Amino acid sequence: MARRTELYARHVALNGRMIDFAGWLLPVQYPTGPIEEHHTVRRAAGLFDIDHMGQIVVRGPDALPFLQHVLTADISRMATGEARYSLVCYDDGGVVDDVFVYRLPDRYFIAINAANVEKDTLWFRYHVGRFQATVENVSEETYMLALQGPQAEAILQKLTPAQLDKLPFHRATESKVAGVPTLIGRTGYTGEDGFELFFPREKATLLWDGLMEAGAPLGLKPIGLAARDSLRFEPKLPLYGQEISATINPLEAGLGWAVSFEKGEFVGRGALLKVRLEGPQRKLVGLEMVDRGVPRHGYAVALDGRTIGEVTTGMYAPTPGKYLALAFVPPTQAAIGTEVQVMIRGEAKRARVVKTPFYTPAYRRQPA
Amino acid sequence: MKVDRASRYTRTHEWVRLEGDEAVSGITDYAQEQLSDIVYVELPAIGEHFGKGEVYGVVESVKAASDNYMPVGGTITAVNESLADEPQQVNTDPYGAGWMIRFRPDDPAEIEQLMDAASYEEYVSSLEGAH
Repeated sequence: MARRTELYARHVALNGRMIDFAGWLLPVQYPTGPIEEHHTVRRAAGLFDIDHMGQIVVRGPDALPFLQHVLTADISRMATGEARYSLVCYDDGGVVDDVFVYRLPDRYFIAINAANVEKDTLWFRYHVGRFQATVENVSEETYMLALQGPQAEAILQKLTPAQLDKLPFHRATESKVAGVPTLIGRTGYTGEDGFELFFPREKATLLWDGLMEAGAPLGLKPIGLAARDSLRFEPKLPLYGQEISATINPLEAGLGWAVSFEKGEFVGRGALLKVRLEGPQRKLVGLEMVDRGVPRHGYAVALDGRTIGEVTTGMYAPTPGKYLALAFVPPTQAAIGTEVQVMIRGEAKRARVVKTPFYTPAYRRQPA
Repeated sequence: MKVDRASRYTRTHEWVRLEGDEAVSGITDYAQEQLSDIVYVELPAIGEHFGKGEVYGVVESVKAASDNYMPVGGTITAVNESLADEPQQVNTDPYGAGWMIRFRPDDPAEIEQLMDAASYEEYVSSLEGAH
């Protein structure tokens, strides 16, 4: 039986279509539909109930060396208030999870995927060993909302004393929102500017209502899981279980930038170093359909009738208005412009390898 | 849910309407709402013949692909070419601009045997009640 978040009644009142996602009842869409929701986030702002996401707190004198051991990224030079993306890998280089690490004055705060909460907590605990560090799963008491889009800063600024124009991308601050103690991270999963908010669970409706009211004049709308997926797909932000998994390593997925071989030993380093030296067996590429059709997760990628790979995520991408996919192919077929086929209902439909990301994130664009 | 009083309906949520000696068909308002935003419609070739209940095309929404079934047997005389660039017409106007096929029915009387609008509304509410 799927669990309801604190905002279940809000979603139902908004006529959200509720589905079971990783054991949680969440809105996949509201009545206007996912494509309109997608454009709303790109053009104005959207509010996402993402309480299904988990959080882990790591404390203690050895918190840093412990995390250097279980994470692939080098977090040793992170400033207080900085946030960084990392992977957690198995010994064979497969991915346990992808996470966001926040360095706070007295602890490390780690945002993790909903489906991996139990697994990550156990994985971390089994690796504490001789390190003087504690691992606490705070997912139950922590609520998480995401406010994303070009109007996000203006909306949130109405409710917080934190100086948001002084909070750069991938920085976080502990402040208040609508009077509620909140960890505000300038982070997200949409390719837009925006914030992720962590606060006590019992304050969920208070913050949701406050943000919806403050945002209404600026075009803020609630956003469901379907648009969350298309918004993360266009800027090529990976989804655990699709672009990365226990059987896909970060170098294949193009996430080598989040793996530091220079920092010293970490779980999975030997296996990943071997992949780096020998080169990955497959590469994650972008595909654009030449023939019409919708590529989807799990569809085979073929070359002259022979299966050479698989689509990890595919869809009609609302921003460019094209049928696009992320797919694994052999490195020999990964060059831009390479022609392949996607098998759609038994028919080989032509597609072409194109540059990724499909959408340049707002925070990566050069100022005009 | 909207229905078109002039149309007849199948249990697989197609509507069909006689216009002269040809029939026009598409998917119902209930079907488009269940499917969510439609992003692609695959239609048959003109001149193809399909029996009642045979798959003549596919509708792809943001969620999934689903088959379209021939409401009665017939031969395709036209398809809605405008859906290639504007598939969302199926969402906004399922009984009008979102039509999918025109065909010459093998036996026009078969259409009269399908559900009328009132029976279809009753059928849909029985499905909703089953949830």
